[in-house]
Parts: sequence; structure tokens; C-alpha cells
Amino acid sequence: MPEVTYREAVRDALTHALRTDERVFLMGEDIGEMGGSMGVTQGLLDEFGPKRIRNTPISEMAIVGTGIGSAMQGMRPVVEIMYEDFLTLSMEQLVNQAAKHRTMSGGQVSVPLTIRTQGGAGWSPGAQHAQQLEAWFVHVPGLKVVFASTPADVRGLLWASIQDENPVLFFEHRTLYPIKGEVPDELEPIPLGRARIHREGEDVTVVATGRLVHEALEAAEAAEQEGISVEVVDPRTLQPLDEETILESVRKTTRCVTAHEAVTRGGFGAELAAVVQHGAFDWLDAPIERVGAKFGPLPFAPALEQWVVPHAADVLDAVRRTVARA
Amino acid sequence: MATVEEKAGSGGRRVSEEVLKGFFREMLLIRRFEEKVEERFRAGELPGFLHVAIGQEAAATGVCAALERDDVIASTHRAHAHAIAKGTPVERIMAELYGKVEGCSRGYGGSMHLYDVAVGNLGANAVVAGGIPGIVGAALAFQMRGEPRVAVAFFGDGATNTGTFHESLNLAQLWKVPAVFSLENNGWAESTPARQQLPLPVDELAKRALAYGMKTIEADGQDVEAVYLAALAAREHAVAGKGPVLVHLRTHRLTGHYVGDPQVYRDKDELRRERETKDPIELLRARLELSESELETIDAAATAEVTAAVEFAKAGTDPPPEDALKYVYA
Repeated sequence: MPEVTYREAVRDALTHALRTDERVFLMGEDIGEMGGSMGVTQGLLDEFGPKRIRNTPISEMAIVGTGIGSAMQGMRPVVEIMYEDFLTLSMEQLVNQAAKHRTMSGGQVSVPLTIRTQGGAGWSPGAQHAQQLEAWFVHVPGLKVVFASTPADVRGLLWASIQDENPVLFFEHRTLYPIKGEVPDELEPIPLGRARIHREGEDVTVVATGRLVHEALEAAEAAEQEGISVEVVDPRTLQPLDEETILESVRKTTRCVTAHEAVTRGGFGAELAAVVQHGAFDWLDAPIERVGAKFGPLPFAPALEQWVVPHAADVLDAVRRTVARA
Repeated sequence: MATVEEKAGSGGRRVSEEVLKGFFREMLLIRRFEEKVEERFRAGELPGFLHVAIGQEAAATGVCAALERDDVIASTHRAHAHAIAKGTPVERIMAELYGKVEGCSRGYGGSMHLYDVAVGNLGANAVVAGGIPGIVGAALAFQMRGEPRVAVAFFGDGATNTGTFHESLNLAQLWKVPAVFSLENNGWAESTPARQQLPLPVDELAKRALAYGMKTIEADGQDVEAVYLAALAAREHAVAGKGPVLVHLRTHRLTGHYVGDPQVYRDKDELRRERETKDPIELLRARLELSESELETIDAAATAEVTAAVEFAKAGTDPPPEDALKYVYA
């Protein structure tokens, strides 16, 4: 199995889609000659030309809306919103249009549109270039939401998302682009709605997304030294959610911690906690702990930023709290 | 699509009387439909929020007549006229307003979300300007596949104040997609008059497209022949790969914003004058010099069709509540 970076894995899925499906094309700001602000689309303009790798004006509403209209007419657009903070500029089209056309039409149309975006702290961009907004979109029926944490996952999930008949919000994490991991020789789609168990354990289940999957794995190693056995589960798709895999894990371990980089209040961890308490109430030996960012816009200075967002140590503390209760 | 004749000697075009009579029949059908909607709403039979296009029939009829069947449109909250003009039978529209399975959106859309993909209606939109970028995307798909089709966005003067409108026109012109932007300028954004929402004269709204280097065509929105010829020219320009066109239709909303709107914000004398002088159906009737008996025949047919539509709708099937989530995901 070859080893590639997360960035290369995204590019590989895009390249594969463009080569094998003539309906696929890309739109976004600076994705052409520059290769995208994260370098993900480097080289694609040379191979596929400007008709399929379309640099756009800074017009998020029109980028997403144009993607919707072309998708409804049989294309398979993949649009890139440079930072997920900028999704806010396209919210009308995402929430009122992409998510609702199928229901409003009584099933006459579908919107097979993939919206790639990225975000995440760890490089001091300040408050408007590092938010984690994935939970917003889980609240909108009609959208699917993916958040991949490894090269293999990001490749297979993106390929599945492009083939999906529905609008998919596809979240990548900025700090994960350089990480390396093995991917299968052949690109196979990873079905949306299936969680991945990264590490098996007996005492506590940590359900983590994005960068926090890696923080949770680090915390699990540390917990092991203390004699606490931690299972780490990554849902990978937040909508649809693989509730069964998560519940099975918690019924086994009897304790649960949720972990994401987004702020805790109203975050996806709240939904996970609700699913777990309802589906595994009789098994739980401790209150569900939630790990997330503190409730404030991200400040600039590195020391401030690092204090706001969660790390492996925060996950480890939460794991210890659940064990201490039993 | 209607046919045009070259206007003798002038090099211009005109529409045959026979074709104009066809337009008249359609416009009167729309009028009778809208009046029936008002009546049935007041009778308490229609749920939801309704907006009728009384006074704006020529804009819908003229533009859609210039389109081919596989051209597509996106409509607005004031959608009934566009849906009829694009070819959806009135009984399926009426059934939608009654929330029936036989409706053109199977009862899932309602008055503000009329769809009929089979005839190229990609949906009516209840967010002002919300349908415009989708039309840019549809036109982009046609361009990428080399299909000789156009995509048409209907919207009003209020929509030209949104960022969505400006982003869409900019992108459409940049990529020269075969889109037509049909601006139905009735001078009102709900209750807000032009002078409170537009920093330029209401008759000069097409300047906003000129700012993007886009071709614009002006036409009197109450004159269906002028609308038709403008739309025809716009379609030819767009489908030839010369880029999108904004068609500016100055029109008049001869009724309230919504059904039941008391229009406290509107000068009653001015509205009366507009009704007397700007009714597109009366204008066309005078021009065609229709006899009383001809008019009665056409009117009786329109009225009968609308009455039958109500009967069809009332006899329709209520959707099973448990099917409410049937179309959330494909």
C-alpha cells in the first residue's frame, strides 16, 4: 500500500473523478494556476484544462449557486470554498437551495454537488480563518456532512461524496494536509455513514472528529500508561451518522467522551451525547464528557489560540474524569 | 414557439395576429387563474402564502413563448404565471396550491415552489434572487456540453439590490454562459417603492447589467409582442455563444404583494390609473380589436379551464403524512 499525504489523497480522489467521469469539474477561488490556497489542486489545470478546472471570482454565493444549477442539469461539480469561514457567504444557497430543491420539487430533482472546504486552528490566523463550523450543517436536512481525518479516509470519502446524488459538505482540516498515511492501491469509495474504529479499548470510548482523532489517539496512548484502555471511534460522516457503531462501542466500554475542535457549546459532541445517552443509557457508568474549544472567537496570539482549542491533554483529562466516576 | 415575420420595409420584426391571439388566450388564462386563486384563498380553501401576477402576464407569456421546450427557467415567489407560460397544465398548478399529490411538486412545494422539470421549470424560489445563480449553473452545464439551450432567471427590481444578483451577473458575463436574466421591474419591493430602494431612476435599472459589460434589451413589459421579440433576440444572442443578456421589462403589479395585502402603502388613485392604462390584457385586446363575441369565447374557455382545475384539485389525493420525509435525500 502506498503512503501519501492527506493533501495528495484529496488530489488523487479529484484526479480519479476527473479522469473517469466527464461530468465532473472543479470551481473555486485560486484553484487554477495557483493550485488552490492549500495546494490541493496543483497540477490539475495542466491535465484537465481551464474548462474543467475553473478559477472563479471571489463570489461564494455564485460559486455554490452555479454548482447547484449545473448539478441539477446533470453535471458533477466539486466546488472549493477556500476557508470554511467563507461558507457563511454562501449560506443562502447551501441551506435554502441545495438542501431543499429535492423536497420542494417532490423528488423531481437532485443536487449531486460536493462542496470541499477546510479550516482549523494551529497556525494563528485569528478569528476568521480557522473556525470549525461542521455542526451547523448537520442541522440542515438535505445536506450530508463529511469530516475526514486520515489520508485513506479523505480519499475514499471524497470519491464517495462526488458519486453521491446529494449535496455533500466535505470538511478537511488544515493541519492534516501534511500528515502521511497508507492508502489502498485501488481507489474504492468509502460509503458515507460508516464510522471507523481507530483503536480498540475496554474502558472508555472517545468519539472524535478531524484533528481531534489524532489528539484522541495520542491521549489513548498516554491513558494506556495509566492502565486505562481507550477505544477511539471516528464517525467520519456526521450526517448520516453511524449510530450503531458508536453505541456498540459505548455499550462495551460503558463510558464516553466526545472530542472535536469546534466550540463545545452546540457542537457536534452535543448530538453525539444525546445519541449515546438515549441508545446506551443502561450501560453508562459515568456522565458523557465533551471536549471542544472554549466559547470564544479564536484570538490571534499563539499562546491565546492554543489555550482556546483542545489538545490531547484535554482528551486525557476527560477520559480520567469518566473513569474516576465509576 | 411562436413565429415572427419580418416587418415590411423596416428590417424589424413583428408578430402575426394569429400568434398574438394565442398570447391573448394565455394571458387571459393566467388572469382568470390568478383571480380564482384569490377567490379560493378568501374562501379559506388554500393554505400558505400566495402572490399573484395580475398585471404582469405579458412578461411571463412573452418570455416563455420565445423559449424552446428544453430551455429552462427559474421563477420567483410570484410563480403561477411563469409556470403556466412554460407549459405546466393549470390543473397541476392548482392541485399544488391545494397541497395534493397530483400537484406539479406533488404537494411538497406550494405556490412559491412550483417545479415541472419535464417542461423545463427548475423551480420557483421564495428567497428573492435565490434562483439566479442556479440559472447561471444550468447555463454553464449547457455551455460545457455544447447544447443549444438557454437558462432564464425571472426576478424583480428588488432582487437587483442583492449581492446574489451581482455575483451571478458578474460570473455569467465572465464565462459568457447562455443565460437570460428577465427583470420584471414593477417598481415595488413588497411595499417599498422604487424611490426608497433604488438610487437610480426606476426606468434605468438595466444599467446594473451594463456595469458588467452585459448586453441589455429594453422592452415595455405590458406589451407582449415587445416582450416576446426582446426575449427572442436575447435567446438568439445567448445561444449563439455571445454571452448572457439582461432583458429589462418595465411592468406593473396591479394588485397587492400577496393575496390579502390591503396595500396601505400605495396611492389609490395611482393604482386606479395604472389599472386603467397599464393592463396588458386590455392593451392587447384593444390592439387586436377583438369583438365582444370573440372575447366572450376566449374568456369562457379560460374560465372553464380554471374552474375545471379547481375541481381537479379538490378531487386530488392528500399526501400521506408519513411520506413527509420521502424526498429529503436522493
